[in-house]
Amino acid sequence: MIKIENLQASVDGKEILRGINLEVKAGEVHAIMGPNGSGKSTLASVLAGKEDYEVTGGSVNFDGKDLLDLEPEDRSREGVFLAFQYPIAIPGVSIANFIKTAVNEKRKYHGMEDVKATDFLKMIKEKMSLLEIDNKFLGRSLNEGFSGGEKKRNEILQMAMLEPKLSILDETDSGLDIDALKIVANGVNKLKSDKNASIVITHYQRLLDHIVPDFVHVLLDGKIVKSGDKNLALELEEKGYDWIKEEQKALA
Amino acid sequence: MSDFQSTIDDVTQSEYKWGFVSDFDEDTVPKGLSEDIIRLISKKKEEPEWLLEWRLEAFKHFQTMVEPEWANVHYEKPNLQEIKYYSAPMSKKTLESLDELDPEMKSMYDRLGISIEEQKRLANVAIDFVVDSVSVQTTFKEELSKLGVIFSSFSEAVKDHPELVKKYLGSVVPPRDNYYAALNSAVFTDGSFCFIPKGVRCPMELSTYFRINAAGTGQFERTLIVAEDDAYVSYLEGCTAPQRDENQLHAAVVEIVAMKNAEVKYSTVQNWYPGNPETGKGGVFNFVTKRGICKGDNSKISWTQVETGSAVTWKYPSVILLGDNSLGEFYSVAVTTNFQQADTGTKMIHIGKNTKSRIVSKGISAGKSQNSYRGLVQVKRNAKNAYNFSQCDSLLIGDRCGAHTFPYIESNNPSAQIEHEATTSKIGEEMLFYCQQRGMDLETATALIINGFVKEVMEKLPMEFAVEAKKLLSITLEGSVG
Repeated sequence: MIKIENLQASVDGKEILRGINLEVKAGEVHAIMGPNGSGKSTLASVLAGKEDYEVTGGSVNFDGKDLLDLEPEDRSREGVFLAFQYPIAIPGVSIANFIKTAVNEKRKYHGMEDVKATDFLKMIKEKMSLLEIDNKFLGRSLNEGFSGGEKKRNEILQMAMLEPKLSILDETDSGLDIDALKIVANGVNKLKSDKNASIVITHYQRLLDHIVPDFVHVLLDGKIVKSGDKNLALELEEKGYDWIKEEQKALA
Repeated sequence: MSDFQSTIDDVTQSEYKWGFVSDFDEDTVPKGLSEDIIRLISKKKEEPEWLLEWRLEAFKHFQTMVEPEWANVHYEKPNLQEIKYYSAPMSKKTLESLDELDPEMKSMYDRLGISIEEQKRLANVAIDFVVDSVSVQTTFKEELSKLGVIFSSFSEAVKDHPELVKKYLGSVVPPRDNYYAALNSAVFTDGSFCFIPKGVRCPMELSTYFRINAAGTGQFERTLIVAEDDAYVSYLEGCTAPQRDENQLHAAVVEIVAMKNAEVKYSTVQNWYPGNPETGKGGVFNFVTKRGICKGDNSKISWTQVETGSAVTWKYPSVILLGDNSLGEFYSVAVTTNFQQADTGTKMIHIGKNTKSRIVSKGISAGKSQNSYRGLVQVKRNAKNAYNFSQCDSLLIGDRCGAHTFPYIESNNPSAQIEHEATTSKIGEEMLFYCQQRGMDLETATALIINGFVKEVMEKLPMEFAVEAKKLLSITLEGSVG
């Protein structure tokens, strides 16, 4: 589905990603872990097309298309979804209106008519019950005055409605208590199919108790230095990142 | 320059779509301001002697006044001797019906999007059309008169209902009130007059469409709305002007009187020509005095305005809350782009007991524009339990514009309760990127964000108007954000 080769990127002239290689196939869940400043969120932003980041080398192939060549909105319409670490508030814009606009933009791109109001309502209510979200949510202003848990659930609801091929969850567990974490993880699991894939970016292994990854990658100084299965996450939880750093030094 | 900046430039530099000039014969007076001109205007309008005297009295005061400079706007003061104070499209005879309208006039309406054919069918809106100095057509007059509702041009009202005009003219905005109100009192030419008798709920929206067409002409219209006890009316006003390199002066006066239990809703969509987007040249100076008085107990006056046009806007629709338990409201969206400047807000003067006021102001600035909110909440000594809530929000698009808030509060009664909230935000890259990541292009994203920002005010507009105002907003900001 997505093939990242030797991806390099910098911000304000400072190199952050120093050659990332990663391939994610349909039906897979990949976790990316790493200490603060290792480049995890940068990777998410670069894939989504955020302007502040300059791609200095490498390539990203997404379903046969050169992803880096697409505008951010077209990446979304092609099926890349980023669940933000800090979703921004848009006062006066209801969740229903926001999601409907997003859904219709995607439909337009794929040559489809706008979704009928009744169909939209039916669909969003289904997804909301799947994700255990109250109906009152729809009329609220997007992320305005939301708790951490509400913001993240809103992200997952949008993901459910847009039905992306690839979801990138950027620190989705940050700011969540364990109950909220379970609900969010549960939602992600319910949306999983053999046609879509996820990249889960996280600091802590606790999210991976609930969203079980097929692969775990360790990002260090802008490079993936170690890959393994879910046991690698447990090992990191126990021993921290220093032993990997040591290993790297020894190799060098 | 980043992509973000250039997108903003695109959006803020959309064209003014109402800038055409219609070519019909005009009856004008020589340019310049003098007692003779005032006499000439009065004569052309076949006015009674008392009104001429009233004008001349106003002019006498005007000559002792100087143009105030306290507003946060900068412009070259208009040379009042270079302005023509009267210009009327010439019609060959009095129209029996809309079908006899001058074809050029008809085509002007069509281009403005006011199709006369459609107006005839629009069952719930009565319209008075004012071009330059005169009212050219009022619809639904007869239907309304059956209920005792008077809706006509100001000139006709002077002829047909002199006692009403005499009683209320200048009763809310006296001729000496301020520089431009005094000028208006001396030279006003036409406008609308609405009178809703006791106990009548006006069944349709009353609406006036103002158009400046002739070159070198100022527009000085006067609107007077009176709602007697238990009456209700919703009134709408819209306006446009051709694209011209010189500045045109628009100095109107609007007066509203609400008696016991009466309610008046006044909505404006102001879209005068804002000047050249690249040079800032030309555009309308919109210096307007609008004031209502809640004279009777339990009365209510509500101002809603969407201000998108004019080079310089300078106005404060106000309410004097004289009657006990009366309510004043002000809902405003003011948009400035390119070189526009706006200094607008409201005054709420609490005099009666238990009077309430509510102010919601949303300012949007883009380009190199400057947008100021200026408001006064004044509680007089006897205004026991007065209550005011003010909310002033500013939204900035790009980093070359400015938003300013000047709230003044004067309370002379310890039981008064006054609340003020203000926010300033910026449509930033983060917000736009969030929307883009959900598949929206920059224009769609900007439109969405702006519509959210102004929602609370738009909801106050009558339905037919809200759709238009929303469209106007997106056209005005096309290329800046949406």
